[in-house]
Amino acid sequence: MDVLIAGITIFVLSIFVGFEIITKIPPTLHTPLMSGSNAISGITLVGAILSAGAQHTMFTATLGGIAVVFATINVVGGFMVTNRMLEMFKKKPSS
Amino acid sequence: MTDVIINLGYLVAAIFFIVGLKGLTHPRTAVRGNLFGACGMLLAIVITLTNHNIIGFEVILIGILVGAVIGALLATKIEMTSMPELVALFNGFGGIASVLVAGAALIESTLRTHFGAGGHGPLMQVTVATAASGLIGAVTFWGSLVAFGKLKGLISENAVLFKGQQVVNAILALLALALSVSVVMDPANISAYWLLVLVASLLGILLTIPVGGADMPVVVALLNSYSGVAAAATGFVLSNNVLIITGSLVGASGLILTKIMCKAMNRSLTNVLFGVMGPAAESATADEVYAGRVTSASPEEVALLFDAARRVVIVPGYGMAVSQAQQPLANLASMLAERGVEVEYAVHPVAGRMPGHMNVLLAEADVPYESLKDMDDINPYIDQMDVALIIGANDVVNPLARTDPSSPIAGMPIIDVDKARTVVIIKRSLSPGFAGIPNPLFAADNSLMLFGDGKKMVLDILAALKDT
Repeated sequence: MDVLIAGITIFVLSIFVGFEIITKIPPTLHTPLMSGSNAISGITLVGAILSAGAQHTMFTATLGGIAVVFATINVVGGFMVTNRMLEMFKKKPSS
Repeated sequence: MTDVIINLGYLVAAIFFIVGLKGLTHPRTAVRGNLFGACGMLLAIVITLTNHNIIGFEVILIGILVGAVIGALLATKIEMTSMPELVALFNGFGGIASVLVAGAALIESTLRTHFGAGGHGPLMQVTVATAASGLIGAVTFWGSLVAFGKLKGLISENAVLFKGQQVVNAILALLALALSVSVVMDPANISAYWLLVLVASLLGILLTIPVGGADMPVVVALLNSYSGVAAAATGFVLSNNVLIITGSLVGASGLILTKIMCKAMNRSLTNVLFGVMGPAAESATADEVYAGRVTSASPEEVALLFDAARRVVIVPGYGMAVSQAQQPLANLASMLAERGVEVEYAVHPVAGRMPGHMNVLLAEADVPYESLKDMDDINPYIDQMDVALIIGANDVVNPLARTDPSSPIAGMPIIDVDKARTVVIIKRSLSPGFAGIPNPLFAADNSLMLFGDGKKMVLDILAALKDT
């Protein structure tokens, strides 16, 4: 039960932190915010790696492996495309 | 590594994510913020690889390699106009990953019970989280695929409605709930989990299919939130704090964006998701509004107008993205700026197909960040504008939102371009926007219609302006 209570505590507090930070992000940066937060929601990759590596059965390893592929696309693609967009916003003032 | 060190490492990764998101509050710090996020992710992955339960790395490495190549290709090849599709697709991938991970974890935990290693079956909290993860993850995946298909034009962008849709949805939702209970009660029965995923998949499709094109920003933001919640649920399955923290951050982020989008359309979330816009029964027909009152102009006349102007505001809409007019538009703006005209852009929160869509396109065309103005910032002084140029926008500048309480868009905040001295509207025809109602702005005394393709018209104005 302790683990559950700790988990719920973390969950609720993180939502508050999220609200505090994200309401301060200007509308102009909402698309990068979406793709960037999307990339970090690929954190499921951590769970996928554990399933793929623990190899309890052939089946769970396969599920984990497929999950690794999807989550990695999400992570790598998400961070790269966000970076691409943000560079476009950044270069302006100097030019 | 011990669990303590691993968990402390995860905490550091979570801090990186939070600091990274904080960096996104300003364009100057945003690139660094994104890098922080990526570093946090790298750290989380490396720590996970040291887990003593991992006995083979082949599957992991191959998976990461394949995923990284696909992800990198998608990220570098995508056109900025197609950004909503890509984000929708990535949302879906996050969702399906959660489904698979929770499924694998469920199987593993029941296996441990069978062989007596764990003693007792999976804890109730774990099975509840597993069901939630499977349900939300599958809805996210299929919902995102439908959104992707709609944005890409593979399936009808219009709202797809059929009789009894609500009833079917309700039955599916109840079925999903019953299957969730079954997963919790009897975790060893794995087929109940996959059945739940199947029902949730149908639900995901049916919930997204009725949403029309211009409501897409809401759906994309909502699915973004779901993908976060699914990750958080997976965190509860694995008792993994970094998943819980990150998932709830993303869940909150998506929810805020959803709220902003709904507010910008003056509609409730339920109305966007389930109701189509009410029929415009009371309002005037297109003929009554437009007959004999619409003045059309040539690019040359518009160029003369710009030549005499001191302050200009440009209002872009989805039509600008469709005709790829952003670069010529930016060139026009910088040419005007060189002649001493003050040019600003007014961006409505729901313009385009995802939050901030217009801003990204204009940033790609080298429009300075400072000249992109939010609706609320520009409205108070829009009456000082000599010319307002509307390109590919319709409903977001329709004054009926202010004047006609019976209109389907009544109360929706709009950019008050009708208060500018002259309004120039670049549009292919007088056809209505997503709301399906005529726009009296087009027939106003101070409005000029420039009929034609957005990009071509802007280029024509540019050419005419060079001659003056």
